[in-house]
Amino acid sequence: MRFELTPRPTISPVMRTLAPVAAFVTAFLIAGLVIWLMGRSPIAAFQVYVSQPLSDPWALQELLVKATPLALIAIGLSYCFRANFWNIGAEGQYVMGAILGSWLALKTHGTDAGFWVMPAMLVLGIMGGALYGLIPAFLKTRFGVNEILTSLMLVYVAQLVLDYLVRGPWRDPKGFNFPQSVTFDPAATLPLLGEGSRVHYGTIFALVAVLVTAIVLGRTLFGYRLKLTGDAPRAARFAGFNAKRTTMAVFAISGGLAGLAGISEVSGQIGQLQPSISPGYGFTAITVAFLGRLNPIGILVASLVVALTFIGGESAQILLKLPLDLTQAFQGILLLCVLSADALVSHRIRFVTRGGRK
Amino acid sequence: MTTFEAILLTIVTASTPLLIAALGELVTERSGVLNLGVEGMMAMGAACSFAAAVTFDSTLLGVGAGILAGALMSALFALVVLGFAANQVGSGLALTILGLGLSGLIGAPFVGARRDPVAPISIPGLSDLPIVGRLFFGQDLFVYVSIALTVAVAYYLTKTRSGLTLRSIGENHASAHALGLPVWRMRFLAILFGGACSGLAGAYLSLVYTRFWSPNMTAGRGWIALALVVFAAWRPGWALIGAYIFGAATVLQLHAQAAQFGVPSQLLSAVPYLATILALLLLSLRHGRAVGAPGSLGAPFVPDR
Repeated sequence: MRFELTPRPTISPVMRTLAPVAAFVTAFLIAGLVIWLMGRSPIAAFQVYVSQPLSDPWALQELLVKATPLALIAIGLSYCFRANFWNIGAEGQYVMGAILGSWLALKTHGTDAGFWVMPAMLVLGIMGGALYGLIPAFLKTRFGVNEILTSLMLVYVAQLVLDYLVRGPWRDPKGFNFPQSVTFDPAATLPLLGEGSRVHYGTIFALVAVLVTAIVLGRTLFGYRLKLTGDAPRAARFAGFNAKRTTMAVFAISGGLAGLAGISEVSGQIGQLQPSISPGYGFTAITVAFLGRLNPIGILVASLVVALTFIGGESAQILLKLPLDLTQAFQGILLLCVLSADALVSHRIRFVTRGGRK
Repeated sequence: MTTFEAILLTIVTASTPLLIAALGELVTERSGVLNLGVEGMMAMGAACSFAAAVTFDSTLLGVGAGILAGALMSALFALVVLGFAANQVGSGLALTILGLGLSGLIGAPFVGARRDPVAPISIPGLSDLPIVGRLFFGQDLFVYVSIALTVAVAYYLTKTRSGLTLRSIGENHASAHALGLPVWRMRFLAILFGGACSGLAGAYLSLVYTRFWSPNMTAGRGWIALALVVFAAWRPGWALIGAYIFGAATVLQLHAQAAQFGVPSQLLSAVPYLATILALLLLSLRHGRAVGAPGSLGAPFVPDR
């Protein structure tokens, strides 16, 4: 016996909404099985991963802190993925945004430069990410080079550039030879939302990005252009939409938002440059984008859900001695489940027995 | 042994895993399936082979475990992209994320362990020749396997009936299906072959190249192997040439770092990645488009029966 797929004539909106939920539950069950196979209690793990963070106010703040870069990057990626372009180098664009923005923070360090520093840093962060994202876009539109491979290769390059800067010219001379820059001045620090909180203004940027994207994708010609380019590239060409310009635009937007996430994280959360400024946000955001069905509101929810796995992963490492790699493995399983669920929503599975169809 | 000879020998060692992984992916892509999970399958191959080799103190069992791990990962990929017709690019990425995470879990107890070097073969007389002796007649077995594999894949794709079937399925799965060719089965086997090769390449990395396990030790080699397939225009002979060019670039930048030219070491470390981009760019400049790409590459297959 084997099974085959047939396209469904109509796709039920209920199933479409429930698919990511089903995928998440499936991924959770698989992860539980893996933990059980490792000789640990899946129930204890569930408590540490899910129940505890959700019942602890400090952990809830941490959830917002971790969800912020994920949401910003994933929102940007949704532009690319909707138009069927595969920018998988968001991690590099995030790093480049952080580098360019931090350049100003380090330049103005120790001077009494005023309030303009922070906004200028954000602009530079967006520019850094956008320009870095435009490299694969340019290579694709001008020379037809595959964007998947180039954008990914540029991640390694960006990380090496950061490594060079914090170990070389940008290293804090009074930092006991640690590979890190000076701590940013207050003028170059992204303000926190309220006294004593851990949540910074980046969260506001993420919410604005969600709102603007919801309007752009749903209500503007540009949003329609993206959808058409992704679903029916030939029709988009006949409609007179310039494919090259669309490519450049979506890469600039996704790179810019990744860059904004990078500079927000460094100036609002870390406070200085160091060799590692991301636990893989740029790659995890791909999972977030698909879990959110490339829909802005969906991505907002998905970013909180996936941020939970980061926080749960950290406490599981401390409390249960479960390695952090488990989180990454779970995110991979989750993405596989989400994509499978997506495909199963639009196709029906029929079981075929040898000799004829049932 | 002179430095020059030593460099030539390390180039062969650096190129072999790239070649093996690229050959596997080449066959997968010729069947019309794009598996971006090479990096993850390679990491799994490296972790599982090292774990098995240390546990059982057997290189042979280690290699077997690496191949099996790669094949199992690719079977999971096959289930998702063939069984559920899910998006291949996304699924391949997911496989890479999963493989990197899972390999970290499996390898964690073995961090710090070391394996003895795998003895190179030795042919009395021939292996002792100056320069060419060690280079051609004194490598480890994997190197000869990788060369044999190149010839075998080239022969299979161009000279056998099954290879022709595989290529036609990759060019146009709808027509192939209409002709009654087994699209699903051929693709499944091609994906498995790709996974097994990635696993073998990973095994080579941890058992021969480094002889220890460390997280993320594949360091983008899986992605470079993917780029090599494009660079080779989906032809095995060119994959061999490309793998050796990249292997040479990797080794030479390491020697340049050791020589301390006053160039930042990070710039030299970036050479393989920048060279990949440059190679893809030059290829596109010469041919305009990605030449030789199978027609159905990356498209999910759902028969209209």
